[in-house]
Amino acid sequence: MTLSPDKTETPVPEGHVRLTIDGREIDAPKGEILIRTCERLGIIVPRFCDHPLLDPAGACRQCLVEVEMGGRPMPKPQASCTMTVADGMVVKTQHTSEVADKAQQGVMELLLINHPLDCPICDKGGECPLQNQAMSNGRADSRFVETKRTFPKPLPISSQVLLDRERCVLCQRCTRFSEEIAGDPFIDLLERGADQQIGIAENAPFQSYFSGNTIQICPVGALTSAAYRFRSRPFDLRSTPSTCEHCSSGCATRVDSRRGTTLRRLAGNDPSVNEEWLCDKGRFAFRYLQSAERITRPMVRGADGVLVEASWTDALAAAAEGLLAARDNGGIGVLPGGRLTVEDAYAYAKFARIAGRTNDIDFRARPHSAEELEFLAAHVVGTHPDDGGASFLGLEDAPAVLTVGIDPEEESGIVFLRLRKAWRKKGLRHFQLGQWTTDGARKTGATVLHAVPGAEAAVLDAAGAESSAGGTSIGTDLVGALSTPGAVILVGDRAAESPGLYSAVSALAARTGATVGWVPRRAGDRGAVEAGALPTLLPGGWAVTDPKGRTEVERAWGVGPGELPEVPGRDATAILEAAANGTLGGLVVGGVDPNDMADPQAALIALCEVGFLVSLEIRTSAVTELADVVLPVAPDAQRSGSYVNWEGRRREFGVALDASGVLPDCRVLDTLGVEMDHDLFTQTPAAAWGELERIGSRRPGAPAPRFAAGETARPGFGQAVLATSRQLVDDATLAEDEPALAGTARRAYARVNAATAERLGLTEGQDAVVRSDRGALSLPVALSDLPDGVVWLPTCSPGSHVRPTLGVGHGDLVGVSPAGSNGGAA
Amino acid sequence: MSTPPEQATATTRPDPLTPVLTRRWLSPRSWSLSTYEQLEGYSSLRTAFDAHPDQLIQLIKDSGLRGRGGAGFPTGMKWGFIPQDDGSGKGPGAKPKYLVINADEGEPGTCKDIPTMMADPHSLIEGCIVTSYAIRANFCAIYVRGEAVHCIRRLRAAVAEAKARGYLGRDILGTGFDLEIVVHAGAGAYICGEETALLDSLEGRRGQPRLKPPFPATSGLYASPTVVNNVETIASVPAIVTGGSAWFRSMGREKSPGPKIYSVSGHVERPGQYEAPLGITLRELLELAGGMKDGVPLKFWTPGGSSTPLFTAEHLDVPLDFEGAAEAGSMLGTTAVQVFNETVSVPWAVMKWTEFYKHESCGKCTPCREGTYWLVQILERMVHGEGTASDVETMLDVCDNILGRSFCALGDGATSPITSAIKYFRQEFLDLVAEQPAVQRPDQLADAERAQQTIDTELTGASA
Repeated sequence: MTLSPDKTETPVPEGHVRLTIDGREIDAPKGEILIRTCERLGIIVPRFCDHPLLDPAGACRQCLVEVEMGGRPMPKPQASCTMTVADGMVVKTQHTSEVADKAQQGVMELLLINHPLDCPICDKGGECPLQNQAMSNGRADSRFVETKRTFPKPLPISSQVLLDRERCVLCQRCTRFSEEIAGDPFIDLLERGADQQIGIAENAPFQSYFSGNTIQICPVGALTSAAYRFRSRPFDLRSTPSTCEHCSSGCATRVDSRRGTTLRRLAGNDPSVNEEWLCDKGRFAFRYLQSAERITRPMVRGADGVLVEASWTDALAAAAEGLLAARDNGGIGVLPGGRLTVEDAYAYAKFARIAGRTNDIDFRARPHSAEELEFLAAHVVGTHPDDGGASFLGLEDAPAVLTVGIDPEEESGIVFLRLRKAWRKKGLRHFQLGQWTTDGARKTGATVLHAVPGAEAAVLDAAGAESSAGGTSIGTDLVGALSTPGAVILVGDRAAESPGLYSAVSALAARTGATVGWVPRRAGDRGAVEAGALPTLLPGGWAVTDPKGRTEVERAWGVGPGELPEVPGRDATAILEAAANGTLGGLVVGGVDPNDMADPQAALIALCEVGFLVSLEIRTSAVTELADVVLPVAPDAQRSGSYVNWEGRRREFGVALDASGVLPDCRVLDTLGVEMDHDLFTQTPAAAWGELERIGSRRPGAPAPRFAAGETARPGFGQAVLATSRQLVDDATLAEDEPALAGTARRAYARVNAATAERLGLTEGQDAVVRSDRGALSLPVALSDLPDGVVWLPTCSPGSHVRPTLGVGHGDLVGVSPAGSNGGAA
Repeated sequence: MSTPPEQATATTRPDPLTPVLTRRWLSPRSWSLSTYEQLEGYSSLRTAFDAHPDQLIQLIKDSGLRGRGGAGFPTGMKWGFIPQDDGSGKGPGAKPKYLVINADEGEPGTCKDIPTMMADPHSLIEGCIVTSYAIRANFCAIYVRGEAVHCIRRLRAAVAEAKARGYLGRDILGTGFDLEIVVHAGAGAYICGEETALLDSLEGRRGQPRLKPPFPATSGLYASPTVVNNVETIASVPAIVTGGSAWFRSMGREKSPGPKIYSVSGHVERPGQYEAPLGITLRELLELAGGMKDGVPLKFWTPGGSSTPLFTAEHLDVPLDFEGAAEAGSMLGTTAVQVFNETVSVPWAVMKWTEFYKHESCGKCTPCREGTYWLVQILERMVHGEGTASDVETMLDVCDNILGRSFCALGDGATSPITSAIKYFRQEFLDLVAEQPAVQRPDQLADAERAQQTIDTELTGASA
């Protein structure tokens, strides 16, 4: 007899199994962990050690359920966080099984016997999985009347992470995260049994760029943030989903504020971008919002040469008057900087063309090249993950990735995590073109292609040649690996410092079919490319030289035919040169630090010499010091907008803090435009985005760059070729006022190989003096596997501000000598 | 010696006193290679090398040899799980195979492996050679408990001797078979007797049990196929190769054949190692050991170390093999027979055992780590005369929350002495908290009460 004769058996989909959980049938993909299947049914099994992004551990035993296999009940309750689903499995969770319920209550009681009752003063109280699950799956009172285990607390395991061992339930999420995800196993279990505890080795703090994640995934209040500890209760916080402003990954974040102040930031969950992780810079560096250097009122330089606060009306009128005069006297240059939202960058791009009547706009506040412009037009603008562009998910599935001009761990931490995941889980082959085997390269299993600074292009060209010649070599291996479908080449913006490198990448991509992804260091760079904040590109990927493009943009902007300038503009270096020699009348400058430019001294001279200087800034800076008019603009937390991350993915965010009285750049520029008698229609970020969206996005189909590889400098006696790149935690402006974060910065070293150290008379651990004709700096020496005759310095770390101090860059010659000697020619 | 009736009819059984595993122990310099060779040592190698490895695995399967480390898993089957190279060059079969000897003898009361390695190290080495050949391993590690320094020295000397004589190293006896044996000293953790924790420890990691699957047979040492066997198991192998599976099966019982070393300790006249066929009873063992010390009657005993539920005088005739012990509600374990007479307080003994488990819990999982921490405090409190009427039930419930809930068998083992002691001696626990105990308090409790004076201050000072 059939009880339900019309019930048809649906077949189990390919690669799936069918099981029953609490009486409900469900199909699950083979290999799925049981606790995940339960989640999909809305059945929440309590857990502590389980985390969907960590390997299963089965340590806490909180998630026990009853399981029946093949009609036979298993003798013991099973940990649902380690068991994979099987066909015909019958699962009874705490909702339908007394055994499971008792097992869970029993484990909860055991977890609580040694847990202190300090919830009222615990940071985690109110958002604590232990608290919540003790309520849902625990008993109301304890039978434990014995002595609790106590520890001195808190224990600082780094300057930003504090450990409370009494609260710890030893789920090992933190140690597993550090070992598996970050690859920084500086935190581990010590002792055993009830004395077991999390700890660090003597004199070896928990050194990781990702340590803050352990605070977030800790299911109890055992790991707390030095910066946030005791600052607030979760239920007093106002939480706003946001986007991180620090690098081009565009991580989803959550901003938690109280009384108008950001108190902490957490990683948001976006599986296609940052999963649930955030680097420590993204997590902890937000105090610049409260900096004493913040500017909140416009300022105008009076006749006496002193900047004084002014009303918006007066300041905008002064700025408009000065800019109009400058426009007639050589023209205006616009340097928006690389930290803008796409809406703001668009406003700058439109301001330059409409109000400035010029293509002299360049967001690149860093070393750059004409080659880069061609590369961006050919490979970057208009690409998108949905459209075959490089993406985080693409990296995860890539058979091979070559990174060029970027050390992902230092310059784009979330890219690094994704590469490491792909290497650990999916057998990614990572090749890194650089000077030495960095920590990040080691932790992603990278094969390092060593290049003398400046010779990077030649190394890539040689790889192609080796491959053509056949035989076995790293080059052949590289070309072969990149020729596998799905392979990716990631290029950082440091490629601009090595002539011919962008062209070599372009050629290698053409040869292998690898997808190219451009990973600039700053959050706004990619959006600025799309928004046309470049001398050669209009918004939406149109070339300024393309009549059709100009017509399209003219139509969108409602300006007459032929009104847009058709001559490509000058790049940032040329704009500054023109400003310095007086051929340019005025500058509009956004968030630009002259020290980031290839030649900070020249940039400062240009800012001094230019006839009229308008600065849009959130804080006092070298630019505001020299500006004729300073217009305050809103930081991210006090505005809405979006970044375009390196993938080309738009990352929107909303207002997190009270924004009354602060205006975003696009609004300021719009009003300034009106003062100059030009309507920009960028009053709000939404309006700016709407217009940019109407212009659309396209790949211009520009030809690939074909620049020759550069000459490599040959070091003479007492000299070395300088290699330089930035470290994640360094003297960045946006990381100011964060001593806890700064405490985890990697120490700055001058790195050379052993042979070079010997030639230059350097000793590991002792200071070396690196000098140019402009200055010198002194750093302890560390030995690494650099090419002969090369010295590497961090670009902007304490004691090592390379560009402002030495006035040289990647590939230049510097004098190197042991400290205390007079040797070394520059 | 009085023979139980069911054994008298088993005419095929050899005399229990014909030793196999211990037959060389009393010879002069029994540990030396020369003595070993004189007493037919290394004679099984020729037979083994003449056979195909698969035939050896089949031989061990046929012999019915079961693991002597406590769980009694069929040894031949374990060897048969090792994936062998199918010629594809892929999968676990293509990886190197390893043999790891678990010589981390640490179960309370157990002292059979260390005497074996001290008195007859070459029998283990010979077994390692045969086993490695059978599973096609060229590397074998013997993981010895770190405290057993003499034993480690003797074993290393024996390995060096065997290597010098060509039994180890490259091209053993001209067969083309290579084998290196490393004697590794553990660092003194009971948990490293758990095979996956042992493997982690051997790899230089923190010794904590691994998640299974994957099992060591496919992903053991260095993620390669690995057989982990107890010392006594492997030391039994040469005799099986020489004597054959039928001979081996002539000893012991149908499902638990072969000889076994019983470590008899405690209140007996002659404590020590007694080799007997599996299935011997405590009554017989006591006769071999000269009876209860000073004639004080038996109160309770463990059949196989403290992790096996204890027995009482009513279990004197339980056959001590895997099935017999299990049917009577305990386990054969390591056949560490600890005998306690009537002067011993059960709660006190259980407290001492529980202190051991609390000390040795590795800390990985909640039930074992926190449960033993709690149980030991209840027991110490009870023994110190501060127990409450609810303590017994609380302990049973905590045990229920540990048994079958912990990550590995250590947690399960920690509950055995408590639950079995309460099963047989509940009144003695209750008497501890009663004003007028039905059973006289033994000496240990008086000692404990004296010691309480000092502990008192600590307890009240930091009470939860």
